[in-house]
Amino acid sequence: MKKLQVKDIVKIKKDIINQELILRQSKKINVIVHMGTCGIASGAQRILDTLLKKIAESKISKEIMISRTGCIGFCGREPMVTIEMSGQEPVIYQELNQEKILEIFEQHILRGQPLSSYALARGRQQQVKERIKQKRELPSEAITEKLIPGIEEIPFYRNQELRVLRNRGLIDPEKIEDYIARDGYKGMAQALTAMNPDEIISEVMTSGLRGRGGAGFPTGLKWQFTAREKSETKYVICNADEGDPGAYMNRSILEGDPHSVIEGMVIAAKAIGAHQGYIYCRAEYPLAIKILNKAIDQAKEWGLIGVDILGTGFDFDLKIYRGAGAFVCGEETALMRSIEGKRGVPRPRPPFPAKAGLWEKPTVLNNTETLANIPQIILNGSTWFASVGTEKSKGTKIFALTGDVNNVGLVEVPIGTTLETIIFNIGGGIPEGKKFKAAQIGGPSGGCIPSQHLNAPIDYETIKELGAIMGSGGLIVINEDKSAVDIARFFMDFCQEESCGKCTPCREGTKRLSEILNNIWEGKGKEGDIELLEKLANILKDTALCGLGQTAPNPVLTTIRYFREEYEAQIGGKKRHKKFTLYH
Amino acid sequence: MEDQMNKVLLQEFSSKQLIQLDEIIAKYRKEPGGLILLLEDAQDIIGYLPMIVLKKIAYETDIPLSQIYGVVTFYSFFTMKLRGRHTIQICLGTACYVKGGKENAQVIEKEYQVKPGETTLDRRFTYETVRCLGVCGLAPVMVVDGEVYGRVQPSKVIEILEKYK
Repeated sequence: MKKLQVKDIVKIKKDIINQELILRQSKKINVIVHMGTCGIASGAQRILDTLLKKIAESKISKEIMISRTGCIGFCGREPMVTIEMSGQEPVIYQELNQEKILEIFEQHILRGQPLSSYALARGRQQQVKERIKQKRELPSEAITEKLIPGIEEIPFYRNQELRVLRNRGLIDPEKIEDYIARDGYKGMAQALTAMNPDEIISEVMTSGLRGRGGAGFPTGLKWQFTAREKSETKYVICNADEGDPGAYMNRSILEGDPHSVIEGMVIAAKAIGAHQGYIYCRAEYPLAIKILNKAIDQAKEWGLIGVDILGTGFDFDLKIYRGAGAFVCGEETALMRSIEGKRGVPRPRPPFPAKAGLWEKPTVLNNTETLANIPQIILNGSTWFASVGTEKSKGTKIFALTGDVNNVGLVEVPIGTTLETIIFNIGGGIPEGKKFKAAQIGGPSGGCIPSQHLNAPIDYETIKELGAIMGSGGLIVINEDKSAVDIARFFMDFCQEESCGKCTPCREGTKRLSEILNNIWEGKGKEGDIELLEKLANILKDTALCGLGQTAPNPVLTTIRYFREEYEAQIGGKKRHKKFTLYH
Repeated sequence: MEDQMNKVLLQEFSSKQLIQLDEIIAKYRKEPGGLILLLEDAQDIIGYLPMIVLKKIAYETDIPLSQIYGVVTFYSFFTMKLRGRHTIQICLGTACYVKGGKENAQVIEKEYQVKPGETTLDRRFTYETVRCLGVCGLAPVMVVDGEVYGRVQPSKVIEILEKYK
């Protein structure tokens, strides 16, 4: 493969789309199996094997194309398959198994009759807005089957705003061509040829993009600080050490659209003047690492990373670094120590990584989701990016909606969307007619938001006022059966286990807090325990060295703030709630 | 010193494993920050990281043994104990905890008489609990030798594990 030039990107896009059209015209049917980790764990591989076998045996095998993509987002309904047939709308099938796929093969693939009973919807999630405007009838496609709802009628998809996840369920993550056909690497080409570092930084700054990993620091500002440092060597790091239990949006991006992250990193590198990047990915995500490795190899082969990218003279090399299972390594200074091959313990800031980061060189570290936003900001402009969101928090955020909620899955919405919309509209409410108790946002660093605040818009500031943090976007719904004390105990045990032990407030504080909470939970609570918890929690918040310790008290403090009577009842010996753990 | 170390290593491990270990050490010894990558690959080959292997790595790389030991004991991914033929991981991340992951853990602990981090006496299973595998949509989740089982009910745990001999 010869190295690409800038003009090639546009040409390649056209060529690929043309080839695709020709291919599609020769193939009447495209069968897409959605294969993220969730899908594979639910049996997508067996579905794919069955389909491959059946198709190979059939008389029309030459007319059928079979492709695979990453996760389609509706994790609770996996495994899922989409069937596109010429002259028909695409049909998305859900909750498949061997029998169902065989039936679908006979009826839909061979006879062209969609099976409404197994279908979730018709249409593409990327076309929801268009379909609403056109009153569900896209001119190019005939309505397939009235019994199957249009995708815009499914609340889970109707109210999402797909930007970072715009390619989900659509492209094959192992084919760089698919990404380029969707305007991939165009933002990078623009940044490398038509913009200087100041212009890139200013575009990101005016977009209002803030860090999606938790704290919400303005990305453009972080880049500016690093760009101003004078140093021959600088680094760009992608934080893919998604350790918050209940959050998996980074995994989904890396598995489904890895090039968006790579492209974002090259743009960041150009902005700050770095030529080496690292993606620090947790070892618990083997499929993400495999797909990333392939994506990096392809990008190198095409000359989109490496030496003299697109003939612009800009060099950028990229490596994956596999984490080794330590939650604290999500903290930036700890993560950099870990890349250096040392114990991943944080260090005091300042100096901030912008000045002295990896190997004491100026370093920008961004979250995976933050970086995946970058190419589109460059391509579509900061005004486009800021067209959704709130005054201080622009753009969209992905939430991993799980727990006691009907529609489990990944949800991308404009920042400022209310909890109620996410849980009751997109999420379809609480199963089994139970009542909503609280939403746990932000994992072990976050807190529980109760029903009286369901109307609060989710943005960085509001969430903080309510006692939680946006965090990486884990959103776990908890129903009325579960105890607030048990939730607090669960997270404190987690933080205590994951505390690195370097600073005393965190090492000792999490231990004592966890002891008191366990005592209360086991009915051995004493009068004054609540006040002691509050006092200790506040000391820990003020004195811990890093984010892990400073935010560890949030689950305790929010549950005391909103469910104090449960603590009192528990200490008074009256257990009013069943355990947090309930089997459904 | 070197001879004695190699003698012990040859008693414990196959020559194939030791050749691979040498290759890994050669690959990473010069790479800045390569220690964790070296240890990860070494554990892939040998299955665990006993003291003699750490000594060998220290000797070959000139990294102090104390530092290597510090790294190995810091990260939960590394183990210095001999492992079973199969690895069971029960996820106790929030979503799995809410959905009953703990009950599944109790079933395993009772049936095979192991605690988290331990290996059964017959070396059939090494049992671990993990904090979130990012497959929350399928909670509660159990992983055996890298294969993910979703929506696992306590009554099905043993049935799944019986396949692994």
